[in-house]
Amino acid sequence: MAATYRIAAVGDWESVMGFRALGLETYPVTGPEEAREAIRDLAKDGDCGIIYLTEQLAKDLPDVLERYKDELRPAIILIPGREGTLGIGMGNIQRSIQRAVGVDL
Amino acid sequence: MPNTTINPTRMELTRLKGKLRTAQRGHKLLKDKRDELMKQFLDTVREVRSLRSEVEEELMTVHDAFTVASALMSSQALEQALLYPKQSVKLTQTTKNIMSVNVPVYDFQTQTRSDADIYPYGFAATSGELDTAVDALGKVFRKMLKLAEVEKAAQLMSEEIEKTRRRVNALEYVVIPDTQEAIRYITMKLDENDRATTTRLMKVKDMLLKEAIEDRRGQDAIAVKAFSSTAASPSQG
Repeated sequence: MAATYRIAAVGDWESVMGFRALGLETYPVTGPEEAREAIRDLAKDGDCGIIYLTEQLAKDLPDVLERYKDELRPAIILIPGREGTLGIGMGNIQRSIQRAVGVDL
Repeated sequence: MPNTTINPTRMELTRLKGKLRTAQRGHKLLKDKRDELMKQFLDTVREVRSLRSEVEEELMTVHDAFTVASALMSSQALEQALLYPKQSVKLTQTTKNIMSVNVPVYDFQTQTRSDADIYPYGFAATSGELDTAVDALGKVFRKMLKLAEVEKAAQLMSEEIEKTRRRVNALEYVVIPDTQEAIRYITMKLDENDRATTTRLMKVKDMLLKEAIEDRRGQDAIAVKAFSSTAASPSQG
């Protein structure tokens, strides 16, 4: 089973513009609500494999991350935005360990 | 505490013993699965951690490069330069099975005329810094894809481990003790019934014996009486 999927980058214009040059689909958004809409549309189509989302937006959208966490597609991967990393991506790894082990390691 | 409506019958006992065996085997298997998954998961997590810190670091340098580029160019020019991509990326996803967890494996093909020519703009109107930035981003992108793969794998595995852990605990702390308790209850009830039957039989036997003895005593008394009367009459006569 090998099908082709799209890769999307959602974030503020400055953070995602570079990805456009690589041929990714970029969705420059200005606020969390817009990002939520964009992700929902992308997930609904079902042919989007990976969504790169900036942490600056992700911090206001924990429910969205939770919603797609256990799905194979799309994989929402956090990347640091232009203002630097907020440590959410690292924190999520810690959270998934906690979830698996049952205790905080 | 097992449910209180267990029939203390031999058939129920056999059924429960079978259930207990199945539960214990399932428990052992699930425990093995959990341990193996955990091992794989921790390896994956270690990979995610190092990859993520690398990606984050490199992306920050890329962002810096873009910042420099945007400082040297007007934002309109920058936007225009990047507006229409020359290369396009196609992501191929297959799945790999790790201990019954389907994790994604990504592979991507870039469709571009030549590797050296990924810049979607002419060099005349743009600054050199933009080339550097795009180039750096192209390098980090490969890692980002790998990161997506392992991070998703870690997420899916953590979910599976959680489920397995719950199952193991349910078997270990609920199903197996309950079944054992029920088996003990039935065994004791059956033993009790056995003892009750034995005592009842002994009692009945006692009663029968007593009756027989009384009977015999009565007959003996009659016989003694008859004997003494026949022994006395000849001496008188």
